[in-house]
Amino acid sequence: MKRFATLLETLALTPSRNRKIEALAAYFSDTPDPDRGYALAVLTGALSFAHVKPARLKQVVLAEVDPHLFALSYDYVGDLGETIALIWPHKGGMRELPSLSNLVELLNTTPKSELALLIAELLTSAQINERWALVKLATGGLRIGVSERLAKTALAEMSGMDLKDIEEIWHGIKMPYGDLFAWLDGTSPKPEIDHTARFHPLMLSNPIDEDKDFASLDPADFVAEWKWDGIRVQLILGDGPASLFSRTGEDIAPAFPDLVENVFGHGVLDGELLVGNNFEPAPFNALQQRLNRKSATEKLIGEHPAFIRVYDMLFDGDEDIRALPWIDRRARLQDFFADQTQSRLDLSQLLAFSDWEQLGAIRRQGADENGHEGVMIKLKSAPYVPGRPKGNWFKWKRDPNLVDAVLMYAQRGHGKRSSYYSDFTFGAWRGNELVPIGKAYFGFTDAELKELDKWVRAHTIQSFGPVREVEKSLVFEVAFDSAQASTRHKSGVALRFPRINRIRWDKPATEAANVDEVENLIPAT
Amino acid sequence: MAQVLDRDLHIRRIDTYVDPTLPRERAIITHGHADHARSGHQKVLATPDTIAIMQTRYGPDCAGSFQPLEFGQPLRIDDVTITLYPAGHILGSAQVLIEQDGQRVVVTGDYKRLPDKTAQPFELVPCDLLVTEATFGLPVFQHPHPSEEIAKLFKSLAAHPGRAHVIGAYALGKAQRVISLLRDAGYDAPIYLHGAMQRLCDLYIERGIALGELRHATEATKAELAGAIIIAPPSALKDRWSRRLPDPVLAMASGWMSVKQRARQSGIELPLVISDHVDWPELTQTVTDTGAATIWVTHGREDALVYWSRQQGLVAEPLNIQGYEDEEQEQ
Repeated sequence: MKRFATLLETLALTPSRNRKIEALAAYFSDTPDPDRGYALAVLTGALSFAHVKPARLKQVVLAEVDPHLFALSYDYVGDLGETIALIWPHKGGMRELPSLSNLVELLNTTPKSELALLIAELLTSAQINERWALVKLATGGLRIGVSERLAKTALAEMSGMDLKDIEEIWHGIKMPYGDLFAWLDGTSPKPEIDHTARFHPLMLSNPIDEDKDFASLDPADFVAEWKWDGIRVQLILGDGPASLFSRTGEDIAPAFPDLVENVFGHGVLDGELLVGNNFEPAPFNALQQRLNRKSATEKLIGEHPAFIRVYDMLFDGDEDIRALPWIDRRARLQDFFADQTQSRLDLSQLLAFSDWEQLGAIRRQGADENGHEGVMIKLKSAPYVPGRPKGNWFKWKRDPNLVDAVLMYAQRGHGKRSSYYSDFTFGAWRGNELVPIGKAYFGFTDAELKELDKWVRAHTIQSFGPVREVEKSLVFEVAFDSAQASTRHKSGVALRFPRINRIRWDKPATEAANVDEVENLIPAT
Repeated sequence: MAQVLDRDLHIRRIDTYVDPTLPRERAIITHGHADHARSGHQKVLATPDTIAIMQTRYGPDCAGSFQPLEFGQPLRIDDVTITLYPAGHILGSAQVLIEQDGQRVVVTGDYKRLPDKTAQPFELVPCDLLVTEATFGLPVFQHPHPSEEIAKLFKSLAAHPGRAHVIGAYALGKAQRVISLLRDAGYDAPIYLHGAMQRLCDLYIERGIALGELRHATEATKAELAGAIIIAPPSALKDRWSRRLPDPVLAMASGWMSVKQRARQSGIELPLVISDHVDWPELTQTVTDTGAATIWVTHGREDALVYWSRQQGLVAEPLNIQGYEDEEQEQ
């Protein structure tokens, strides 16, 4: 555990990406199985414990620390793992902690009733940085600036294997990844995985740079589609029940039985999950009601039936067609729809255009009249490449809407922004009253963050726990993609992707927007 | 108690302020840090070390006149007696004991209780009203022993022998403390200084604090700086200044460094938790040890200490004095 704790600390504090990769590669090559496999699982977020959750850890700590002092401390530190590691009142470091794999075993097999005692003992035995690593391990959510991709890059670096090959088998292998490391060490062949039942990493797009890209791209080489406002999914059809994965490879089929039980054919499809009747997409917040659930109620399914607007095909039957150009995959996809009638799948239509200016006009009109998020532009000759290859797929988002809103409440951020007031709730006028219309926590620079933090501290009028209510005098120009009707907010509107576009230090709050200006932006349905 | 001292640290009977943030007729200065010692007062009472520090930083005429007062020497003015006791924070730092009508009030200024060869050791002063700082007034602050932090630095030096180790440290107090800790740990190579450190290091040496061989970082070659220790003000770490150094490891000596997310925010690769303030256990210990029934809490995280003191059955209030900022945090 000591080595792993040191690795996590190094990763958290090393700003350089290359040095992080070096540290990871050194750890993976010097650490025996299965410890390094569990470490990889922790770093990629693949490890979780059924009964060790943040709430339980908090409970263990609150048995030893005054709850109010804990709350003040957590509010200051902004990271639960760190707060627990720092506040734990029993100094340890006397006993050696178990190895990483033994620790995983212990946390997995200890009966629920004895977990609190075990965690308390481990926290006391640990040295300060081990305590921090322990809490991170137990609760996930590392926040140390290491992505799954960075960990895999280190594996590639260590072994000389191609990152693409690692990505390819990643979703077919399981922790503690003995077969993966044996292959990387050169002692056994590449692990065999069942391609049809596994999630395949997605191909992603880059935002278009209007000033640079259009000059060099020939419209004849590209096709365009609407950018649909749902969630990206992968649907795997075969002999057994269909599998449905989110863009990160999470299995979300149980939440969409209406969909997965009513799709037919054989292959792997890429598309947008939406809800609505007759393939008529409802606004995103309708879909949101069906997300993050383990199952769906009859009522919810009845109100918001799910469907997929399909735009690509990775496997045709058992045949891997990802190396084919888009135009050939599209032909296969059209054949797929010609072969069978689908009630829950439809084909994403192409937009006809002859030059970029015309596409721009289509995009603007779609945004204004139908609330479309923008358009996707795809290279006809591009193969399906996992990751975010340059020059193949572009997203061209609609111009954002802007509204001047007044800062009302602030909360401290987390992770890199812990201890700064960086989560802002802003509002618009309804008569003489301000009502909250949204929340944003990005869009400003680090220097602006410091100024905002200072402003919040100096203009607080009261505090509710971690939330500070501030003087209603600072105006933000808030950019957002679209407005939707909402019953959850007092204002009756919800903004999609709100971000602080500019801080209007100069503008008096009385000149901020009225709620009806935002309401007018809600597309009629 | 309020008749002895007002909430803005005004000693009413003798119309004198402790560490005033505005220019005043009469001021008692606890120590030389900028948020406590300001220029422009008419008459300043302080320890000889603090007066020397103020004159070095702001010039000999930064106050109308100076009156030195040695530690432990009672000074009677009307029916008020002022005595300065060591606070252990930096060279010359003092706590102020104010006695009047049989009541004892102590203003701690900034203080720490761990031994430090660059500051006179803290003395506990029993009192009725304690006005304490609370820079690290949260139970998450439990500072490790500084020798552990110096060991971390040595380990990094051994692991990266080609990289210059730049330690961000406040020029007054922290820089000299770090140097002294290094010397105590047996580090006898030259230590390189950013120009802003020089004057105050010289002053410490003049006043009898041994710091070993110090050199100007700007006059050293890249080869000399590889694997060397350089002390610079925290602001220089992010500056062009540190970019000339050979592949620098950015370190910072500060109590804030115990919070890793804080270190990450400031791009610090090697956080060294070396603090010149009391941590939470020492802070609460001090409140108990003084026997004070009333606690006023000045700058820092007042909420937690006020809450804790009230739980102990004490009368406690935050003072919210504007203009007090912790020098380390502000860098």
